[in-house]
Amino acid sequence: MSGPSAYTPKSAFGKWFHERLPVYAFVKDTALDFPTPKNLNYWWTFGGILSFMLVVQIITGVVLAMHYTPHTSMAFDSVEHIMRDVNYGWLLRYMHANGASMFFIAVYIHMFRGMYYGSYKAPREVLWMLGVVIYLIMMATAFMGYVLPWGQMSFWGAKVITNLFSAIPFVGDAITTWLWGAYSVDNPTLNRFFSLHYLLPFVLAGVIILHIWALHVPGNGNPTGVSVKSGQDTVPFHPYYTMKDGFAIVVFLLFFAFWLFFQPNYLGHAINYEPANPLVTPAHIVPEWYYLPFYAILRAIPSKLGGVIAMFGSILILFVLPWLDTSRVRSGTYRPMFKWFFWIFALVCVALGYLGSKPADGVYVFWARILTAYYFAHFIIILPLLGLLESPKPLPSSISDDVLSKSKSKLAPAE
Amino acid sequence: MSKRAGFELLGEPDLGELWRLATQHEGTGTVSTADHADVTRRDFIYIATGAVSAVGAALTAWPFIHQMNPDASVKALASIEFDLAPIAEGQEVTIKWRGNPVIVRHRTAKEIEAAKAVPMADLKDPDARSQVAKDGDPATDENRTVKGHEQFLVMMGVCTHLGCVPQGDNPAKEFAVVEGYAKLGGWFCPCHGSHYDTAGRIRKGPAPENLAVPQYKFLTDSKIQIG
Repeated sequence: MSGPSAYTPKSAFGKWFHERLPVYAFVKDTALDFPTPKNLNYWWTFGGILSFMLVVQIITGVVLAMHYTPHTSMAFDSVEHIMRDVNYGWLLRYMHANGASMFFIAVYIHMFRGMYYGSYKAPREVLWMLGVVIYLIMMATAFMGYVLPWGQMSFWGAKVITNLFSAIPFVGDAITTWLWGAYSVDNPTLNRFFSLHYLLPFVLAGVIILHIWALHVPGNGNPTGVSVKSGQDTVPFHPYYTMKDGFAIVVFLLFFAFWLFFQPNYLGHAINYEPANPLVTPAHIVPEWYYLPFYAILRAIPSKLGGVIAMFGSILILFVLPWLDTSRVRSGTYRPMFKWFFWIFALVCVALGYLGSKPADGVYVFWARILTAYYFAHFIIILPLLGLLESPKPLPSSISDDVLSKSKSKLAPAE
Repeated sequence: MSKRAGFELLGEPDLGELWRLATQHEGTGTVSTADHADVTRRDFIYIATGAVSAVGAALTAWPFIHQMNPDASVKALASIEFDLAPIAEGQEVTIKWRGNPVIVRHRTAKEIEAAKAVPMADLKDPDARSQVAKDGDPATDENRTVKGHEQFLVMMGVCTHLGCVPQGDNPAKEFAVVEGYAKLGGWFCPCHGSHYDTAGRIRKGPAPENLAVPQYKFLTDSKIQIG
């Protein structure tokens, strides 16, 4: 995507075609010969895993749409019809439902990898911000998909989340009514959610193309955070990383298969097998696991508008992360203090997730408040200060040097 | 081929010539650039064209936006009638109106008394939020019911926090923790823990407003029309 290709076709047909559509040169430059740092570890395989999962979700989703009916009176039954009557319907639906969870597991690992290795730092700010856009679209898509089975949790999850917009001063109620197409979550809502749930994955694919494009301009980061200096530092993407990513995808599929075949309902909620009833709220409403930290933040703030602002703010703050982290050292490996705060932050996110799954009172709210404060402090106070206070460890002179010194120390006899 | 291949096909544009063409209709023949450097006919045409396109795009966008608002069939269900006679004192029913639950409670004398005893200063939301009173009236029990029918409290079963249905009449009464007046009952929202008193006013928890009282009127002594 950057600069003219060095590729020249050998055959006459190849030449003829290349002059008209140089698609093979494009693929060769961007996916086969693309120079990639030779020291990428397995945390770098999640980009490939995510692309694979998007394809799984689109394929299973398209076939599920062939059997599903987006109408309040039929949606729930059509999902049961998929589960009981459609050939392999149970498998396809469980793949799609658990696939969403796998998608989020992979994206969270991918994001935390970026945070640990400073992948958002110059010159990769736009790459990171596109990633945040992708994450937001994923959240919207998953939310609307969860509404489609029209169970109790689908309905009440939709009602609570769409009601978030009613917190906006003056126009909030008009916006919620507009989103619903009715005076409550109802048939028009279900219908449009189905339409958008089908649309958004393709928007996602488009933004992913931009994300990869923005990746290919500066090239991959790497665990040392030191930029590529010569051809010595890189290997061609194919076969080195096609194989490594491929292997990682297979291992990830084993993990996916465990949930799919042994615990297909564990990540969902039993009450969603009860048809939606607009007159009865379930005693305990919880979103899907991947939203729980943000749900905890929402409930931690004792004001409606404040809670909504904090919840959206906790995601939007990621957009400015490249400018909040003042350290010029990219990789956390060479930042002795940052390392600790990174892991504390990761634990805080997990703990917020736990609190989000608990009822909103007493000690749970108390801790959610403390951890919410810490979540924001990590970005607004800790990261800017760390860059100024910390003295990083010396960086290797190049990727190649780092790799060689590690293999030497392994080979050298213990003295 | 150079980067400006497109121009080469047409010939390199002669900016001076373009300028002359753009300005000659003003009847001055050859014009010096300096005289009309600020605003030209062409600038005006550009801006006017752009403005018309922007307005056109906005007008075209409107049907695509407005189609998402409630349609005629949704609006057609805007009013319902409901018979109160079967509801005994202390009983409560939930009915569906415009897709939302409406709570109709036949309150006991004690509940009404408790609601009336609450000083206005104790209320989180001092506004009646009542379509059967005037806008901005205080949240007294009288303003949230219809005169002469105070025993019937009719209100939306939609928590003003995030829209869950508050539960009333919990036999355990565990939820009635608002000190003092509301111990008798009231409503509790299970989602995020908002407490409403026996007049449906917010007393504790994250909800910002009292439960809304919809527009309704008594058709006969025991029949109401909502909406």
